[in-house]
Amino acid sequence: MYRATIANSRYAFGDLKDLLAKATPLRSGDALAGLAAESREQQVAAQFALADLPLATFLNEAVVAYESDEVTRLIIDTHDKAAFAVVRHLTVGGLRDYLLSDEATTEILASLAPGLTPEMAAAVVKISRLQDLMVMAAKCSVVTRFRNTLGLPGRLSARLQPNHPTDDARGIAASILDGLLLGSGDAVIGINPATDSPERCATLLSMLAEIIGKLEIPTQSCVLAHVTTTLDLIGKGSAVDLVFQSIAGTQAANKSFGIDLALLRQAREAALSLRRGPVGDNVMYFETGQGSALSANAHHGVDQQTLEARAYAVARAFKPLLVNSVVGFIGPEYLYDGKQITRAGLEDHCCGKLMGVPMGVDVCYTNHAEADQDDADALLALLVASGVNFVMGVPGADDIMLGYQSTSFHDALAMRDLFGRKPAPEFEAWLERQGLLDSANRIRPRDLPGTFRALLPP
Amino acid sequence: MIEVWNSLRRLTAARIGLKRTGASLATGPLLDFQLAHARARDAVHAPLDAARLAADVDGFGLLVLEVASAVVDQQHYLMRPDLGRRLAPEAEAMLTPYAGRYDAAFVISGGLSARAVQTHAAPVLAAVLPALRADGCTIAPLVIVARGRVAIGDRVAAALHADGVAMLIGERPGLTAPDSMGAYLTWQPSAQTTDAERNCISNIRPDGIGYADAGFKIVHILRAMRTRRLSGVQLKDDSDQLLIGKD
Repeated sequence: MYRATIANSRYAFGDLKDLLAKATPLRSGDALAGLAAESREQQVAAQFALADLPLATFLNEAVVAYESDEVTRLIIDTHDKAAFAVVRHLTVGGLRDYLLSDEATTEILASLAPGLTPEMAAAVVKISRLQDLMVMAAKCSVVTRFRNTLGLPGRLSARLQPNHPTDDARGIAASILDGLLLGSGDAVIGINPATDSPERCATLLSMLAEIIGKLEIPTQSCVLAHVTTTLDLIGKGSAVDLVFQSIAGTQAANKSFGIDLALLRQAREAALSLRRGPVGDNVMYFETGQGSALSANAHHGVDQQTLEARAYAVARAFKPLLVNSVVGFIGPEYLYDGKQITRAGLEDHCCGKLMGVPMGVDVCYTNHAEADQDDADALLALLVASGVNFVMGVPGADDIMLGYQSTSFHDALAMRDLFGRKPAPEFEAWLERQGLLDSANRIRPRDLPGTFRALLPP
Repeated sequence: MIEVWNSLRRLTAARIGLKRTGASLATGPLLDFQLAHARARDAVHAPLDAARLAADVDGFGLLVLEVASAVVDQQHYLMRPDLGRRLAPEAEAMLTPYAGRYDAAFVISGGLSARAVQTHAAPVLAAVLPALRADGCTIAPLVIVARGRVAIGDRVAAALHADGVAMLIGERPGLTAPDSMGAYLTWQPSAQTTDAERNCISNIRPDGIGYADAGFKIVHILRAMRTRRLSGVQLKDDSDQLLIGKD
């Protein structure tokens, strides 16, 4: 039982997960789950109580039972006590103050990351304003490598997302051409296939390998099929750079995705065995999003932001190249409007970075959410200011296969110009060799480079 | 460059080669986008005309039943997916008299784009039903559910005692495709069924996965489900290989 007294009102919270849920700024998914605070004052009372909570509590009280959940076991069993030592005497409020202090430098935050459990990171985020989330995240640096180097200071990368509703190879190639010309694709060229058909995924993988090979692009490819499909394709000799999988923060939610930790381990080992990354061995690409566990009825009465942080504990166990929260994809029943999506996007990025995860964010919204381009613009700019590793690059921000709005090649370009961010260094050098940079080193394509003609249909 | 983009645009509906000013979009493509978003927003709130849909499937040799989920209006539908997965209190009683031993049941709901199922459900059923009947499949009455979510098909299948269920539902409207239909196929669904136990064919519409291909895939998966007595991630959709073989 956790308590707080505000003036003459006394508030009690049944257990740790109740305290965490009630302290969470309002969002529709927690209301849907029946977990949200019943009044504004109750929410702030919970934040006061949470701020006074010793961090060690999180090592003794699990929000999802250790015995029945392998994600909890992963969190507890791999907790780095030596890394935690520097903050073990602190409360949640004390940790927030420490993370914002000048003492907490980039190097110190990197060494602290394995000592932070997802619940600790989630708790700090709940008592933080957007500005705090930005300041803390901007101090974190998570660098990963495969065929190039992602997440370096002063860099902003983009996943080129050239989806096509029927996986038509020529239609996909046309979108890839457009994206490359505008400087997208250094994070990955990643296709969401329209179906999980192994034949089709194999065709797309060989097409991507051919494009990357012919144009000698220092980047990696990914077809975002189910991990079991990708495993089969590795077995059959497909050119798999990265293994993709959607993941969540509870064992039951992962089961609803058809995965468990053993399967992810097996997939990572299979991808490593191909030795396709000349610069590094980060071979996994994960996607997450608040609300996925509730959507699978696998949330165990835990609020969606805490569960999202637990998904990052799953991610970091597999040393991923890329992790992104597809923050506005899930819809208004979990994040109702632009305000809720904005906060969730910054929470996810900050939590992931504090935990040492190479976070990107798919700044996005669906047509049934109360959001529009202005909301997306605001969140994108806040994330770039926060040092987000990568964002999406979708032609005209309109994903014609998944039916939602993400960020465009132009958006990524405008943010690079506005904030002075550059693509991954290897990719930037490649753009220069293709003659796509102007005299001020901005990406400004004029003509189609000769080598790009390989992408044109016959 | 202009000629290059003109020819590439024939290959995809994606917004490629947009006119640029500096790093930003030119005014023309900016306003095109705003118009498409406005139309998609309008599509989300358009209602399903169940009577017209029932008339469109008249002649397919199936009894048509109309029931509702536990949701009261479209705003409620958007905010409460849990109620959209549940049948209205009176719906179960309406379905029970039609319970039998069926191999497959088809359930239709407007979802997030009533226009999608209004337009595409009947032509897809016309492609699917003869093939299933030729296999000797028994097919349950067709059920149209007002404001249902995917999992409400499980409740319908259970009430009718159908082994396999195919849920035809309007997908989230995209800017380019406000009328895309999804088909979710599940073997022996129950209240414990998870999404990993479903097979999905997404983006069914003439400019996406066309009626004949969608019908072929649905029949193929339903057959495989019956043979292997399971559905979902363990049952890969290898119908592309067969589609290629068919040409």
